[in-house]
Amino acid sequence: MTASRFRQGSIWIVVLALAIAAPWAFYNYHAGRQSGFVVSMLTQMGMMSILALSYNMLLGQAGLFSLCHAVFFGIGGYATIHFLTMAGAGSLRLPMELIPLLSGLSGLGLAIVFGYMATKQRATAFAMITLGIGELMVTSALMFQHFFGGEGGVNTNRMIGRSLFGLTYAQGIQVYYLTLAWTLLAALAMFFLTMTPLGRMANASRDNFERVQFVGYDPRMVRFFQFALSGFFAGIGGGLYAITYEIVTFDALAAPLSANALLMAYIGGSASFGGPILGAVLITLLQSGVSLMSNSWLVYVGVLFISMVIFAPSGIMGLVMAHGPIVRAGQLGRLAVPYIRVLVPGLLMVLGFVGLVELTSFLTIGAAQGKSLVLFGNKIDIHATLPWLFATVFLLGGGLWLRLEAQSFRRVWECLMADLKPQRRLS
Amino acid sequence: MEIVLVSLFNGLVYGMLLFMLASGLTLIFSMMGVLNFAHASIYMIGAYLAFTISQIVGFFPALIIAPLLCALIGAAIEVWGLRRVHHNGHIAELLFTFGLVFIIQRSVQMIWGMLPMAYRVPPSLDFPLFTIYGANFPAYRGFMLLISVGMLVATWLLLKKTRIGLVIQAALTHPQMASALGHNVPRVFTIVFAGGCLLAGLAGVIGGNYQTTEPGMAESMGPIVFVVVVFGGLGSLAGCFVASILMGLIQTFAVVINYSMLHLLKPLGISVTGDNLFTEILTVPVARIGALLPFAMMIIILLFRPRGLMGTRDT
Amino acid sequence: MTGMALSLRNVGKAFGNLEIIRGVSLDIAKGERHAIIGPNGAGKTTLFNLISGRFRVSSGEVLLNDIRIDQLPPHKINRMGLSRSFQITSIFHRLSVLENLRCALLWSMGYRYSFWTPLWLQRELTERTNAMLEDLNLAPRRDTAAGLLSYADQRALEIGMTIAGGASVILLDEPTAGMSNTETDNAVELIRRVSRGKTLLMVEHDMKVVFDLADVITVLVYGKVIASGPPQAVRANPAVQEAYLGALDAA
Repeated sequence: MTASRFRQGSIWIVVLALAIAAPWAFYNYHAGRQSGFVVSMLTQMGMMSILALSYNMLLGQAGLFSLCHAVFFGIGGYATIHFLTMAGAGSLRLPMELIPLLSGLSGLGLAIVFGYMATKQRATAFAMITLGIGELMVTSALMFQHFFGGEGGVNTNRMIGRSLFGLTYAQGIQVYYLTLAWTLLAALAMFFLTMTPLGRMANASRDNFERVQFVGYDPRMVRFFQFALSGFFAGIGGGLYAITYEIVTFDALAAPLSANALLMAYIGGSASFGGPILGAVLITLLQSGVSLMSNSWLVYVGVLFISMVIFAPSGIMGLVMAHGPIVRAGQLGRLAVPYIRVLVPGLLMVLGFVGLVELTSFLTIGAAQGKSLVLFGNKIDIHATLPWLFATVFLLGGGLWLRLEAQSFRRVWECLMADLKPQRRLS
Repeated sequence: MEIVLVSLFNGLVYGMLLFMLASGLTLIFSMMGVLNFAHASIYMIGAYLAFTISQIVGFFPALIIAPLLCALIGAAIEVWGLRRVHHNGHIAELLFTFGLVFIIQRSVQMIWGMLPMAYRVPPSLDFPLFTIYGANFPAYRGFMLLISVGMLVATWLLLKKTRIGLVIQAALTHPQMASALGHNVPRVFTIVFAGGCLLAGLAGVIGGNYQTTEPGMAESMGPIVFVVVVFGGLGSLAGCFVASILMGLIQTFAVVINYSMLHLLKPLGISVTGDNLFTEILTVPVARIGALLPFAMMIIILLFRPRGLMGTRDT
Repeated sequence: MTGMALSLRNVGKAFGNLEIIRGVSLDIAKGERHAIIGPNGAGKTTLFNLISGRFRVSSGEVLLNDIRIDQLPPHKINRMGLSRSFQITSIFHRLSVLENLRCALLWSMGYRYSFWTPLWLQRELTERTNAMLEDLNLAPRRDTAAGLLSYADQRALEIGMTIAGGASVILLDEPTAGMSNTETDNAVELIRRVSRGKTLLMVEHDMKVVFDLADVITVLVYGKVIASGPPQAVRANPAVQEAYLGALDAA
């Protein structure tokens, strides 16, 4: 392995160490346990990482735009609820630690059926078939009571009394470490997959469908296998979801969750392996954090998403990695001032935008809920013109200023890149 | 018998509404190759705008202003957004329109709130047109039919009888060729996108008080419209029309049928007892499956005839 | 005739009412170097597409080593020993040069759709990929993304990927298109080297290349074969001269 790959690998070891240690940083000595909120959020991050990684097996690695990925997560969840109930009743003699494997197999089974159909077509037709599958599954989940429990979903008790390590999983922290272990396993497996014949041919079929045929592979089969395997991993995620929350409803297979998977994989960066993990962590943080502060976080995510589609299609990870050559040449310092010059108007523009969105939202929704806009402890009168004026000026002024600065930033960047050209390689 | 006739009328009305939505989407999809996920969101904007405008100046001005505003919004999206992502590839375009859905959804909720709007049928049209077997057929539905047919005729005339229509038709089936012949295809794209949004907005104006005007309306109409577009086929408005009517009729009729698979099997002497998943599948009445049918049909058509009913190109 | 590497029997192709290929019959012997030439629009690339399975024939048969292949999908034809290159460079642009060649070797080395074999541990695969890199003079570029290569290097990679799988019948579609004189000479050298012992079918516009490499030349005009034979005979053929209006004289 080259030096840079080793460095990249060690970053993930640090992330893992952080993940293991994190709950203890939020230890509440008074109550004698870790912060429930933090543990819950970390567990969510783990599940979502698996979901996002498995989605990226399709989007980033195979060039498949699927709109029904949550279906496999959901079926893993539903099946696991039933497995747990069976285990608790004694008819399934499996320790808790191995249950997610069964969840994965459930996801795999369904993905084989649906994948065989969907991969028959390409691009937009493929997306439409997956759209149909997604809608079909949600409607079925609401219709068939026995397996899906209708609108109320199905629930269970995760204390099945069977464990390889003698754990009861009564406490959230134990569930977290189980989730973390499976997230690690799944991530390693998916990473390994990228370096196998199937993984490489999936990349190839993303780049050039026809060429794949003329090196002897049936691109349809390549995509089918990739789809099936991604369903396997999504199922594992769903199983962990079931174990954590002990209840699964149709939300676990519906379109919003599929959209979430897309957002996480794309914003994090679909061109690199670890990007989706970054996306999952970020979106979960935003979801838990920002949604507490503001009603309109979905608008922000949507705008962020669209901006990335236009300006940064390789996601946050892609942006970070683009700095690679510059960091390696020790030239990062030269970007300090240009960045500041871009960040200031950028921040202004964001403030203006957020201001307008919040003002508008409080005018209608907030009023209905009886809340009022509070900034740094000062109550802002949303009916006065001044806040609106400020926000608009910030937005427009910041935007125009940003355009100017962005041009000079681009010049500095291109200059740097041109200087480094002889040393640039694919890392 | 009454049920059949009433369902027939209602199915036709719903089908024409679907057609107005789906025709815009078919035009955009056929020509630009982009599936505009946000199309149903424009429909929603049309309904909300119509509500607000009709509160200020009345329903009939809203009928004209709201669609025009939607067309402007569509043009803005195309010029400042879609055109930029075009060079990033097919998937990028899909992702872009997908992201728009979120933004529009939440913005509508922000501006108008989360509750359904009291967008009612205008009093001048709120009377029964005729009665069949004791059921009233509201005049408003007749009005809806009138508008949709009128729109259909106007679009047909535009496409067949004007020069720009000719260019649009050519670009519909052979976009590269039209461009090679020197037509300003980007400008045509903007016009078509805006036109599609105008149709969606108009559908919203008249559909908004037929169904409820609430933030979830894009999510409920959206998938059905996609099914219609796929079913009707690329490059063919006639196919789109047939598919819309078909879908409208199927959805309306399915709701009233109370038979299930078990009824089909009964003559063969098969009956099931017990309360498990298997019996559940066999005894679900068609009325409840009605929601499933369009998607099942779409999947089947995409698998076996991706060109749709009357399409000229594969999806 | 049997024993031919590739046989076309009365092959025809029509798109709607437009006939592109009309009744083409051709026999190409094993080890032969065969060039197809003709004015633009004659249907040369379409013929290639018909042979390689990209298009379906409207009439007639295509036989590879005496087995019918005209109803088979492209990947099956490829597995039977026929490989082709494309006029517009068709490679995996986001993968590195090394990975491109490795992908081209995978099926022929029996890896199929394996998702359990780690590629970096496959010694023979690595050796053969490295050998190909050397052969194509692309070793210094092994880690560069294929989409970032120079045009000539991309064409070399294209040829490399075409022969990597060990196909016995190779179709090259305008391999030297867009190249300078030096690049063309290098490409001809490469083609001569890699096609030793194999059957080569080539579409070309550059007459110098054609006369350098080919044993047999077929001239295609408006979808019909108007002449086929050794280079000197074709050159002297009055029908060919008429079709080209003296272009052959210049070569």
